[in-house]
Amino acid sequence: MADDGREESLGTDDDSDQTGADGSLNNTMVEEGSTLMRRMEICVAEAEKRSGKNAVSMQETFTVYLIETRPMDAVAEGHNPAPDCLWRRYSEFELLRNYLIVTYPYIVVPPLPEKRAEFVWHKLSADNMDPDFVERRRVGLENFLLRVASHPVLCNDKILCYFLTEEHGWKEAVYETGFQAKADSRLRALSATFRVRNPDKCFMEMKHYSDELQSHTSQLLRARARVADRLYGVFKVHGNYGRVFSEWSAIEKEMGDGLQSAGHHMDAYAASIDDILEEEEHYADQLKEYLFYAEALRAVCRKHELTQFELEMASQDLISKKQQREELATGIVRTFSFKGMTNKLFGQEAPEQREARLKLLEDLIAEGEETVKEKTIERAEHVEKAWVDIQRFKEQKDKDLREALINYAVMQISMCKKGIQVWSNAKECFLKM
Amino acid sequence: MSISAPRGLASSGQKPITEILHPLSAAEEPLSPGPDVTVSGGRDKEVGLTNGTPVETPSPASASVLFNRLQLDDDLDSDGRDPYADTETHDLFVTVDDPKKHVSTMETYITYRVSTKTTRIEFDLPEYSVRRRYQDFDWLRTKLEDSQPTHLIPPLPEKFVMKGVVDRFSEEFVETRMKALDKFLKRVADHPVLSFNPHLNAFLSAKDLNKRQGLALLSKVGESVKNVAGGYKLRVRPPEFCAMGEYLDTFNQKLGTIDRIAQRILKEQSEYLTELREYGTVYASWAGSEEELQRPLEGVAGCVTTCCGALEDMSENMGQDFLPVLREYILYIESMKNVLRKRDQSQAEYEGRLEAAVLRKQEDRTPIPAEVEKCQDKMECFNADLKADWERWQSNKRQDFKQLLTGMADKNVTHYEKCQAAWESLITLLQDKQTEDKTKSEGRRYKGHEVNPDSEGHHADQNERGVAAAASKPDDTYVTAAARL
Repeated sequence: MADDGREESLGTDDDSDQTGADGSLNNTMVEEGSTLMRRMEICVAEAEKRSGKNAVSMQETFTVYLIETRPMDAVAEGHNPAPDCLWRRYSEFELLRNYLIVTYPYIVVPPLPEKRAEFVWHKLSADNMDPDFVERRRVGLENFLLRVASHPVLCNDKILCYFLTEEHGWKEAVYETGFQAKADSRLRALSATFRVRNPDKCFMEMKHYSDELQSHTSQLLRARARVADRLYGVFKVHGNYGRVFSEWSAIEKEMGDGLQSAGHHMDAYAASIDDILEEEEHYADQLKEYLFYAEALRAVCRKHELTQFELEMASQDLISKKQQREELATGIVRTFSFKGMTNKLFGQEAPEQREARLKLLEDLIAEGEETVKEKTIERAEHVEKAWVDIQRFKEQKDKDLREALINYAVMQISMCKKGIQVWSNAKECFLKM
Repeated sequence: MSISAPRGLASSGQKPITEILHPLSAAEEPLSPGPDVTVSGGRDKEVGLTNGTPVETPSPASASVLFNRLQLDDDLDSDGRDPYADTETHDLFVTVDDPKKHVSTMETYITYRVSTKTTRIEFDLPEYSVRRRYQDFDWLRTKLEDSQPTHLIPPLPEKFVMKGVVDRFSEEFVETRMKALDKFLKRVADHPVLSFNPHLNAFLSAKDLNKRQGLALLSKVGESVKNVAGGYKLRVRPPEFCAMGEYLDTFNQKLGTIDRIAQRILKEQSEYLTELREYGTVYASWAGSEEELQRPLEGVAGCVTTCCGALEDMSENMGQDFLPVLREYILYIESMKNVLRKRDQSQAEYEGRLEAAVLRKQEDRTPIPAEVEKCQDKMECFNADLKADWERWQSNKRQDFKQLLTGMADKNVTHYEKCQAAWESLITLLQDKQTEDKTKSEGRRYKGHEVNPDSEGHHADQNERGVAAAASKPDDTYVTAAARL
């Protein structure tokens, strides 16, 4: 999050785009040159169930999340003002993110927590209403907002501001930006991927990397879920020792007490796996974030392919038009054309017609040159801005994932310590048998 | 040999103690368990309990006095240390080790070395080393059962193994079997009566165990008890033996459950291990596509592999040490039940004969025949032997299970310790790298986006070149096209 002049200029660029946005702004948000994170405290505090009618007028239950914001300077000064708060549901977060993706195609936009529970191991439910799932989603949504608010470019976006502060009227504001029209059609993007001739090598490498990242994180998540499943089984079977030791202790004299207490420890051991695996879900969530981040990264690379492709198409078009003009002017046919053929067969056209056609071509060429200029700039801007954000993303990813791995190791150590504790206790009991 | 504790060496008959303690033994230093010889937990006091002598009638009163002494011993021994390191020395040490495969035209089999060290005068030499195969052990056990039917004979490991399923010559199988045979022999050697059985003597010392030659040294008790006529029905089993029977049934059940649980755990652990291995490889392959994260990811993969190894070790141990001992005790319970049944038979015979004799006496004043008294003696002898053996068995069982279960706990602790060590060393590695990188990156920031020695900078440079190259293409064509005009 380096603060340099660049943010400010980008900030003003965004301002000029926001025509027709809701004019009422909170005074606390007008500062430029610093990220939103520095200006306000954001948190997703609670989740609640609501009922209402959906788009097709059917009754449905959904969950809403409470977003609380507080101006940072007030907090720093020791005041404790009541936070501003509003409720948002998951679909509104999705809308915000879609807007950001379209509006900032050169930014690797932070992902949302998963829509449906995936990579579950058997004990976890895949139910969206499950309280554990809702809680993890709440944390994920908060994380999303924090990431967006601390992004040097995204933080200045007005729509983001309104999302955090204007409960009503936000949706209208988003639609009014017309972002949906700006969205690249899937087909166009896909076509560009196949037909582009000279995409930047670094972007292609980055795209390849995003595929690898996605593949590896999803493999890891799947393998982890299977491991969790099996580990659960191992621990739970030990609970049976608890029961049989207890039954056995009933027929023993001297051995009874030791056996009985050892049995309790075996029960405790079997029960401990629940907490252990619950904690591990947090690690899984971190991996999932980067699984989805890989997609966002790929989107940026695809956008590059698209801008490059459009530039190539525009250049190609310009070349062919110029060629046509040349042929028309000199009468020399370089390439096969029907006009050439019909000329040969039916005689040449009248000079007035030629003039008209030449004029048209000149206009088209002028237009074409403008287009090429535009596309060149578009492509170059995208490359420049995207590369900066990709570097930022890389650093963030390396830092976050390394921390995640360290935390995972810490969790494993904690699990080992618990295991040693339980078995040492059991051993004490056995020795007393 | 402890000279102070007087022991009735029963099978030697009524010899005075001074004669029993051979001058040879007094000259030698007191035998203590050597490093490679372990002695199964025996109690000196118990020796006096038994009554291998065929003719004498032991009084139950003396037996109970000795029971009390036994219980005292139990309390003294409850500090849970190695039950085999008895402070008192014994005089018969046996070990089974050194398995070797023998291949002949007729068959292939394994023999084990049976080493004996003893000061007993029943043995000609103080040391023996012979080779025996499973068949020989089986022979010994059968002979012991026949000649000492009132006593509980320790069990042997399973005789038959399904040829297709288990490899009789695999290291694991041979190792497990050998340990069980060793235990069997030690238990016999430790038994105050069985250890003096002449068949054991022959087993331990004879160069060639000629099994077909029936050793005509059957004790008279054996003969007489063997000739218990079937067909007598027991009416009431005395309460103490009922309690034994009930205990055995319940204990058998619990052991079976524990065996099943242990097997299930092994199975679950094996499946967990499979998934864990796969999990580790995913980290390793991810490391291949990363730069900064390569080392951390490889580190994690390494830790996971270490944990796999630790788990494998533990599972192997459990399979080899834990399960066989459980199974052995189940066999032991079967033996004990058999002995109980034979005791019942003996009581039934006595009661039956007594009843018949009493009736006859009532009819024609025939006095109660001496046989009836003999039956009573037999029965009482049986009862006493059984009670004594029961107490021994209970006490040994307690030690054995204490050792077994603490062993299990130990293995689990060791497993977790290994895993913890692996993860802790990874954290140190990762955190060192973290501080190293932090200082490096902070240095970089001050320079802004200048020349960077690492890959990121390289990419940035490449990118600039890439931009220039690509951007030049359309411009070039524009230029050339314009030039053509």
